[in-house]
Amino acid sequence: MKVPPAIVGVGCTKVREHWGKSVLDLAVEACLKALEDAGNPDVDAIYLGNAASELMNEQGNLVALLADALAIEGIKVVEVRAGDASGSLALHQASIDVISGSSRTALACGVEKMTDVMIQEVERVGMLFEDARTTFHSGITIPGLCAILTKLYMERYGADYEDLVLFAVNDHRNAANNPYAQYPFSIDVKAVMSSPLVADPIRLFDTAGVGDGAAAVVLCGPNDAKRIADTPVAILASEVACSRMSLSEREDLLSIGSLRLAAKKALDKARLSLKDVDFFEVHNTTSVIGVLSLEEIGLAERGEGWKLVKEERIAVGADYPVNTMGGLKGRGHPWGATGLYQAVEAAWQLRGEAGKNQVDGAEVGLTHNMCGLGSISCVHILARWEVVA
Amino acid sequence: MSVPRFWREIPHKYRLLGSKCRSCGAVYHPRRPTCPRCGSRDMEEIVLSGRGRLLAYTVIRRPPSDLEEFRPYIVGLIELEEGVKVLGQIVDCGPEDLRPGLEVEATLRRIRAHGSSGVIEYGYKFRPALRWDKESSSQRPS
Repeated sequence: MKVPPAIVGVGCTKVREHWGKSVLDLAVEACLKALEDAGNPDVDAIYLGNAASELMNEQGNLVALLADALAIEGIKVVEVRAGDASGSLALHQASIDVISGSSRTALACGVEKMTDVMIQEVERVGMLFEDARTTFHSGITIPGLCAILTKLYMERYGADYEDLVLFAVNDHRNAANNPYAQYPFSIDVKAVMSSPLVADPIRLFDTAGVGDGAAAVVLCGPNDAKRIADTPVAILASEVACSRMSLSEREDLLSIGSLRLAAKKALDKARLSLKDVDFFEVHNTTSVIGVLSLEEIGLAERGEGWKLVKEERIAVGADYPVNTMGGLKGRGHPWGATGLYQAVEAAWQLRGEAGKNQVDGAEVGLTHNMCGLGSISCVHILARWEVVA
Repeated sequence: MSVPRFWREIPHKYRLLGSKCRSCGAVYHPRRPTCPRCGSRDMEEIVLSGRGRLLAYTVIRRPPSDLEEFRPYIVGLIELEEGVKVLGQIVDCGPEDLRPGLEVEATLRRIRAHGSSGVIEYGYKFRPALRWDKESSSQRPS
């Protein structure tokens, strides 16, 4: 984008089991923080990403409820629903809105309240993000699909499960310094391997936990960026791609076509190459998905992603810092909020506010959020405003 | 699951009804209206054999709420003779009996019940293919 939209305010809740807070409470908290961070500008539109409030929280039409709770009346409100890619797609729609000139400012929020239901029900709702005719009939869960991919990956490329789960270890190391993370502590491979099996060979500490959270950003067009914020963050690209719904119908099960395509489109649109990107936030539902993401983005050849992880080249301070604030495993994965958490964390990095996990001189970051096993991918490229100004 | 939806999905669940592209011959399951391989919209129905080979499997230990009664259960990725890959539960054996390449066949089983007054769903699962064993004159999984 020649004249990129800007992120001028960010906010989020901690990811955790928020027993005392509703889905609305969480969204309001994140939005108020983002609005205050932006100096409370007037908002012309709200885009809300959420995966399953009807199924888990007995509440629909969440975006109107949110606008009402924020005491904002008469503006455009849109809810975006695409499983665990809902958050990034809300951001995508909001950025198109402000760049088109339809709205001067927009609020993009993602929220998920998962602990209103039992874990078995969370597992059931997750299966709806894939072709439910297949998932319910076979009983395959999202971790189950990841388990099949893990076995195929290990067999084809000669990696051990202990090698793959180093991705989760990297997440936790970074989460330890993120006060908003669900699991802010380090773990080692031994801890993963001694946690209970969820779907062989996937173990509990290799899966994103169940948690509640909301994250939000305030967007505006390029002309207002410096007026509203001292350190605006530019959205250089926001690209979406879909690919085959059923994993079993893909030509190669070990490829995430939607991610490869969205990442390429985004880099082309931003007129950047991978070497210009200083850090990456990827959608690691489990370690194998994280490793495959490295390969699809182009950081490693097919079958080589696990080596990048094993050689610790994805740590903060190494060649390709990945999931700098904890990723899905460490920070947590409240489905519809995850895409916005990534945007908030990328903004911290680009504003120099990432604390102990600050990537030195970070100017450009890439975030990837997807639905299920990759039916939809959304890639954003964010940059310090000075890079474009 | 509602009764109308269950009834509507019987063909692909009881008889493994899929689609075959009249243009390029690609086979799919469940049925689909278009062929992603060649772009054709000319599809015909095909009843799949249910025979195939196991590519990979997992044991689900944290099932969704409505499959709790089967926990733990095995789900396999199977390549059918027609070249289409399907996911299905593997029954009548344990994980120790399974290895990639094992021949399997479809069998009609109970899928899930919806409460004491709701519909009971049936459909295909897979089991190791039965072979006539001359030595012992009995049927057993190969």
